[in-house]
Amino acid sequence: MATPDNEIVVDDPDAPDSSSPPVVGTRAVNIVVYLLLLALAALLAYDNWRTGMGWAPEGPEAGYFPFYLSVMLAGASLYGLVYALVSGAASDETFVTRDQLRRVMQVFVPTLLFCLFTQWLGLYVASFLLIAGFMYFVGRIALWKSLLTAAVFSIAMFATFDIAFDVIMPKGPLEAAFGY
Amino acid sequence: MEAFGLLFHGFTVLLTWKTLALMMVGLVLGIFVGVLPGLGGPNGVAILLPLTFTMDPTSAIVMLSCIYWGALFGGAITSILFNIPGEAWSVATTFDGYPMAQQGRAAEALTAAFTSSFIGSLVAVVLITFLAPGIASFALRFGPPEFFAVYLLTFCSFVGLGREDKHKTIISMALGLLLAGVGMDTVSGTLRMTFGLSELLRGVNFLVAVIGLFGISEILLTMEERLALRGHAASISLRVVLQVWKDLPRYTMTLVRSSVIGCWLGITPGGAIAASFMGYNLAKRFSKDPDSFGKGRIEGVFAPETAAHASGTAALLPMLALGIPGSGTAAILLGGLMVWGLNPGPLLFVEHKDFVWGLIASMYLGNVVGLIIVLTTVPVFAAILRVPFAAIAPMIVVSCAIGAFAIQNAMFDIWLMLGFGVVGYVFKKIGIPLAPFTLALVLGSRAEDAFRLSMIGAEGDLRVFWSNWLVGSITTLAVILLFWPLIGAAIGRARGLLQRA
Repeated sequence: MATPDNEIVVDDPDAPDSSSPPVVGTRAVNIVVYLLLLALAALLAYDNWRTGMGWAPEGPEAGYFPFYLSVMLAGASLYGLVYALVSGAASDETFVTRDQLRRVMQVFVPTLLFCLFTQWLGLYVASFLLIAGFMYFVGRIALWKSLLTAAVFSIAMFATFDIAFDVIMPKGPLEAAFGY
Repeated sequence: MEAFGLLFHGFTVLLTWKTLALMMVGLVLGIFVGVLPGLGGPNGVAILLPLTFTMDPTSAIVMLSCIYWGALFGGAITSILFNIPGEAWSVATTFDGYPMAQQGRAAEALTAAFTSSFIGSLVAVVLITFLAPGIASFALRFGPPEFFAVYLLTFCSFVGLGREDKHKTIISMALGLLLAGVGMDTVSGTLRMTFGLSELLRGVNFLVAVIGLFGISEILLTMEERLALRGHAASISLRVVLQVWKDLPRYTMTLVRSSVIGCWLGITPGGAIAASFMGYNLAKRFSKDPDSFGKGRIEGVFAPETAAHASGTAALLPMLALGIPGSGTAAILLGGLMVWGLNPGPLLFVEHKDFVWGLIASMYLGNVVGLIIVLTTVPVFAAILRVPFAAIAPMIVVSCAIGAFAIQNAMFDIWLMLGFGVVGYVFKKIGIPLAPFTLALVLGSRAEDAFRLSMIGAEGDLRVFWSNWLVGSITTLAVILLFWPLIGAAIGRARGLLQRA
C-alpha cells in the first residue's frame, strides 16, 4: 500500500470552483463560431471568384479549387448553425465558467503581453519578464525563485538557439548593449 | 533479402557518437514532453522542430523521431502513477495501470507498459521495414490522378470513419485545405486569398499553425482544469523487470492481437486512440475472467499499450511510402521533411536511401535505448510533476514562440500562432476535431496540384479518376468510405428486414 513517503502530492489551491456560475453556454459559442465561419467562407468564396474560379484553356484557374472548398465550408457551417438553432436551449451545456475564464485569462493576457514585448524588447527579455511575472503573480512562488528561474531559462535559451544552433531570435536594446 | 542489406547500411549511418547522443537527447526530451501536462507528442515535436533546422536531415529526423518515441513512453508514466493520461491513447492504460499502482504494484505495471510499448513498436517497425519499400516501388507507377485518389481516400476516410460529427470534420478539413491555398498559387503563379497583406504572400506555415493549435491552446485548456494531483512515486528494480519478462510468454496472444489491431489502425487514419481502446476491449472479451479487468490486471496494461504503440509507429508507414501521414504527429514529421527539402513519398526510397534507412534503423535503436532509459529513470520523470505548473506554463509559451518565429524569421508568425491558439481552444471545446485540419493543411497544396495536373492531362474530364482499374478502385473506395455511415446503416436495416422475413 502507498505510504506517505512514496506519495507525490501537488496542490492547486487556486483551482476553479466546480460551482462557479457559467459565463456562456456551448450553444451560443457554436452559433457565433458558425456565423464567423460562414462570413469567412463568403469572403474567401468572393476572393476566389474574383481570382477566377472557372476553366482556362490549360485547366482549372487558380481560384477553382479553393472556391469549391469555400462552398463546402459554407454548407457545413450552415448545417451546424441550423442544427445549433434547432437543438434549443434546454440541452445547452456550459462552455466556460467564470472561474475557468479567470484562469484562462491568467495565461492568455500574459501571453499577449509577451508577444507585444517581444516586438519591442526582443524575445529573451520578454521571456524573462513573462516567466518571472507569471511565477510570482499567478503561481505565488517566492520572488527570488521566480527571478532566478526566469533568468536561467532565458539565458539557457539564448545560449542554445542564438549561440549553439544559430537560430536567430528577435532582439532588442538589451542584447544590442551586449553587442549581439 | 534486399531489405536486410539496406537496414544494415542504415545502422552504419546511425552508429556515430553524434547521432547516438542526439538520440538520447531526443528520447529524454520526448519523455519529458510526454509526462508534462499540457504538452504531448505533436506539440513536443512541433516546438522542438526548429532546433533541428541547422542539422543535416538524417540527424534531425533521428532526433525528432526519438522525441516521438519518448513521448509515447512518457504517456504511460502519468497514467499509471497518477491516473492522469498524458495522451488520449493512454486513457485505456489507466483502467488497470492505476489500480495496480494503488496496490503497490506500480513497478510491475510500469515495466509491463514499457515492455509492451516496445513490443508494439517493434512489430510495427518490422512491418515498415518489409512493406514500405514494396509499397513505395508500387507507388512509383502512380501519376497525378492516382495520387489525387489516394489523397481523396485519406480525406474521405476521416469524414466517414471519424467519430466526430460529420459537419465538424468537414469544416475542419475545408479550413485546412483553404489555408493551404493562401498565397502564391504554385501552378499559375497567381496570388489568392492574400487580401493585400504582404505577410500572407508566403502562405500560412503549417508548423506555425500546429504550434498554436496544439501548444498554446493546450496550455489554455490545462489551466481550466484543477491541477492538483496525487500519485505514487515508484522505482523499478531489476528483479521486478525480470519477473514481468519471465511471465511474458503467457500473454503472447494478447500481445499479438493488440499488435495486429495497432498496425492496422495505424496505417489507416484512425489512430492510436481507437487502437488502445480496441486492444483493451478485445483482451477483456477473450479473457477467461473478464470481471477482473479494471481491478489491476496486468493484461489490462499490456493490451492497450501494445496497440497504441504499434499504431503510433505504423502511422509512419504511409508517410514514408506514400507521403500521407497516418496521425497528427506523423503529419508534423512530414512537415519537417519538407522543411529540409525532402519530398515525402515513393521517390524518397530511391533518391534518399541513406535518409530512409537511417530513419528506419533509428526506429529499432531508438526503441531499445528508450526502453532502457525509461526503465532506469522513472523516479526522475515522476518527480517532474512536482514542479509547479506556474513555472512550466510560461516556459512552454516561450518555447512555442521561439519555434514559431524560427521557421521563417517572422514576427507575424508569433501573432499567427497566438491566433491559432485561441482558435484551437474554441474548436476543442465545441468538438471540432483538429487532426483533419492538420492533415489537410500539410497535404493541401499537393492534393490541389495533383487534381489540377490530372485535369490538365485529361482536359477537364472528371472521368480520369476512373480511367484505369487502379485509380478507379481507389476513387470508388474513397466514395464508399465517405458515405460509410449511410451505407452501414442501410446494411443494418436490410439485415433487420431479412431476419424478420
